[in-house]
Amino acid sequence: MKKLLFILLLLVPMSHLFSQESQLPKVNIKTLNGQSFNTADIKNDGKPIILSFWALWCKPCQKELDAFNEVYEDWQKETGLKVVAVSIDDSRSTAKVAPHVKGKGWEFEVLLDPNGDFKRAMNVNMIPHTFLLDGNGKIVSQHTAYFDGAEQELYQKVKKLVGKK
Amino acid sequence: MKKLLFTITALLFSMVVSAQDIFDNASLHGSFQTDVQFYRPDAAIGIYDSTIAGRKIGINGFTNLTYTLGKFKAGLRYEALLTPLAGFDPRQEGNGFPNVWVNYNTDFIEITAGNFYEQFGNGLVFRTYEEWTLGYDNSMNGMRVVLFPTKGLTLKGVYGSQRFFWQKYERNNRGLVRGADAEFSFNDAFSKLDEAGLRLSVGASAVSRYQRDADPIYKLPENTGAFAGRVNLGAGNFNFMTEYAYKINDPSAINQFIYSNGQALLSSFSYSQKGLGVMLQLKRVDNFSFKSDRAETANALDINFIPPINRMHAYSLTAKYPYATQPNGEMGMQFQLNYKIPKGTPLGGKYGTGISLNFSQVNDIVRDTLDKEYRGTLGYKSDFFKVSDHIFFRDLNVEVEKRFNSKLKGVIQYMNLLYDIAVIEGHTGEEAVKANLAVADFTYKFNSRNALRVEAQGMWTKQDEGDWAALMAEYTIAPKWFMALSDQYNYGNPDPDKRNHYYTISGGYTHESTRIALTYGRQYEGVVCVGGVCRQVPASSGFTVTISTNF
Repeated sequence: MKKLLFILLLLVPMSHLFSQESQLPKVNIKTLNGQSFNTADIKNDGKPIILSFWALWCKPCQKELDAFNEVYEDWQKETGLKVVAVSIDDSRSTAKVAPHVKGKGWEFEVLLDPNGDFKRAMNVNMIPHTFLLDGNGKIVSQHTAYFDGAEQELYQKVKKLVGKK
Repeated sequence: MKKLLFTITALLFSMVVSAQDIFDNASLHGSFQTDVQFYRPDAAIGIYDSTIAGRKIGINGFTNLTYTLGKFKAGLRYEALLTPLAGFDPRQEGNGFPNVWVNYNTDFIEITAGNFYEQFGNGLVFRTYEEWTLGYDNSMNGMRVVLFPTKGLTLKGVYGSQRFFWQKYERNNRGLVRGADAEFSFNDAFSKLDEAGLRLSVGASAVSRYQRDADPIYKLPENTGAFAGRVNLGAGNFNFMTEYAYKINDPSAINQFIYSNGQALLSSFSYSQKGLGVMLQLKRVDNFSFKSDRAETANALDINFIPPINRMHAYSLTAKYPYATQPNGEMGMQFQLNYKIPKGTPLGGKYGTGISLNFSQVNDIVRDTLDKEYRGTLGYKSDFFKVSDHIFFRDLNVEVEKRFNSKLKGVIQYMNLLYDIAVIEGHTGEEAVKANLAVADFTYKFNSRNALRVEAQGMWTKQDEGDWAALMAEYTIAPKWFMALSDQYNYGNPDPDKRNHYYTISGGYTHESTRIALTYGRQYEGVVCVGGVCRQVPASSGFTVTISTNF
């Protein structure tokens, strides 16, 4: 009994060691309107989030976001999912991002990371780089590159997260 | 005995709980990338055994590690460029830890010691950043303090020396940089502004460089200051941003050692609503190169960043002649229109049609003397509002994006370009390139995973290398596989011996955030977007492997 208790006591901290949380790093970036924004505030009331890094000069990124946008309404209704797209365009193009986003009719939230601070904090090497976060802001999966149709597989993972299949 | 055991258990448990708080907040993350190229001589495109000079293999690689423990963070970056890839500055050859840093971050204060990246405003007086694919890194090695004293107010202070390839900072081997920035967001302080649909933030920065004067001829200022102020004002769908920067006289190798003060202005005005975005941007730059070593003329040790305001193109031929800011003087404007023709209209069709129009032009500034022998003087005088007839760069492009049905979609682009190759690339005496370009990019989706993308481009010009045609086919199996074939053909080169094909075959596999890509063939210099990712590549011939991951 004592032995068991001892082993249990040893196991408790071990389990904590292995349940490392991947909360989003706290970085100050900008909203599409130029207001400051803390990335620790990327939240969705306990529902999943797709976090995607993109830029105006990156065609596959635009394709991916277009693909998200086409089905975004349905996705939101079904799973409560939120898409957050972080533009890493630097100051040569930051002023063009808002007109581009609105002109494209993208419905999801877009943030500006003009000096790549958030990109670096998330260890993004290449774009498009897309993260799937669960309701606690923990990274469940991530993916570099976009090929047509990849959004389907990503959405299967989202459905799994909210317990729909 | 049982009581004792219970007490110990309770005690241990409470310790475990507090330890849990720490461990729950602890994490280790990082990224890794290596680019390997095997070169072969290819006389047709000007690569000989002597060019390769025994360096048949180029390898660039890095690893980043970030450890987080609650409010603390520590990180390092290791790089090995042995030998660097073709097209990279030879001074980049080396290995070691260019970045080592610790950071403490609360709601009131953030402290960084070691290497860091920072930008004040648009970067007109201060920006340090890193761009792996370009081999650019001007990171600061020093300290940074950021304060958030009241709601809406952010204060930053930085000092240190900048990275210069692998050369360690030693007393007087380059300048020191000190800077401060304040930004105030009225909306964060006064929530009523949001209700009124208004957004206002203002900011100001000051940066100083200290570099000893060791010049045998001139008496050079050892402390050079640069100052900037900025405003961001938004009302409903409108947004206005402007930043003005001023620099005290800073004779340098770039500005021909003139003693006049420099200035830079960047303004943009935009309107966006659903389905429509319009933007107008203006820029004026006069004598505004700012480096932490006056003698440096290459792409290194920049303290500031003057953004080129032109569209950054994503297709290989449209990106072949990219503009680079002329820090000694330029006046530029850019206009951008994005419009989505709504669904269900004759032109919009079932899915809507996207249109984007972009125009940019950059001219020289007007100087009262064209005599370039003004070393050591006040140089020239320049009327702020006068635009020179000399056009450095002009780009008019229109892009139409359309989905035809659930399987087929496409993009068509037209571009008209004027590019002063003598000024921008330093090809003195060469005629400016005037070119027309067209791109067609279509994707056909066979089913939910398999897609074929075909891209055709043409460039027609009488200058430089003449006409080009490019064709690419890319087959993708989402989300993991891609294979692509491409050829760029310089069929109109004035020299028939240089009418070369730049063919490549490439393939790749992506698993989560790990990506392995292989390319064989000839690579023309420029931005290349293949297999879902874009990057800047130099000219080469041979075999390339890229492995990238993060964790």
